[in-house]
Amino acid sequence: MSNPVHIDAPEGVPFIEIRREFDAPVAAVMNAHRDPDLVRQWLGPDGYEMAVDTWDCRSGGSYAYVHTDPAGALFGFRGSFHTVRDDFIVQTFEFDGWPDVVSLETLTLTALDDERCALRIWSTYPTVEARDGMVSSGMEHGLTQGYAKLDGLLA
Amino acid sequence: MVDDRDIQAGLDRAFLALADPVRRAIVARLSRGPATVTELAEPHAISTQAVSRHIQVLELAGLVTRSRDAQRRPVHLAPAALAELTAWIDEHRLAHERRFRALDAVLTATRTPPTITPGTHPAEQEEP
Repeated sequence: MSNPVHIDAPEGVPFIEIRREFDAPVAAVMNAHRDPDLVRQWLGPDGYEMAVDTWDCRSGGSYAYVHTDPAGALFGFRGSFHTVRDDFIVQTFEFDGWPDVVSLETLTLTALDDERCALRIWSTYPTVEARDGMVSSGMEHGLTQGYAKLDGLLA
Repeated sequence: MVDDRDIQAGLDRAFLALADPVRRAIVARLSRGPATVTELAEPHAISTQAVSRHIQVLELAGLVTRSRDAQRRPVHLAPAALAELTAWIDEHRLAHERRFRALDAVLTATRTPPTITPGTHPAEQEEP
């Protein structure tokens, strides 16, 4: 049984919160965020290639990576690691398809016991519109998927 | 009791209604609450008349509803579109599920506790 993901995007404020528990200690989850070889193994949709240009996960460091979808389309992401500690990361995040819309992401890890921890990501967007735009683009994706489902039903 | 042909026709209309990016954007906006035609037209570089026509298509497809006084009364998302929205939320959650399950797999594969490299800021040099 997998741990559930909680996503909260309250109306009218430019925030998104994601919460999830892991059956691993804080140090291991943090290591999986800091080591680019490990990051490459999980940070990307199924069937996408992930090329990491830079992954300097420490205070004052930066990152840049590119996802390639099965059709060959490129999606670039980059940002700065403002603060990195053993249970805490503050970083910026920018998708090259939406230049200048930079979100600020705060990730915290809290030990639940020696073998389990809770991850919380708090993302702040420049404006409600920017956050909703991101949600809408997801929505558009979802509707496109729905559209594909309709397509299947109509076939 | 509706027959298969009615279902087919309904699907056909929804299919065509959601084929247009402006109409998908309108549905996305309505997912956050009702809006007037003027409000719906605002983000798009097209006339309110054009938006009204898009709303008509969505209405015929059973995806939105609106009151008689079409220009001033808000447009609402219909239950059929809400089902699509639920599908999107599930999709969004699913993307994160996949990512975190992949992270679970990485964590299972790396059972040995890592040595943490201290950060570059002096304040982060923790005393053991």
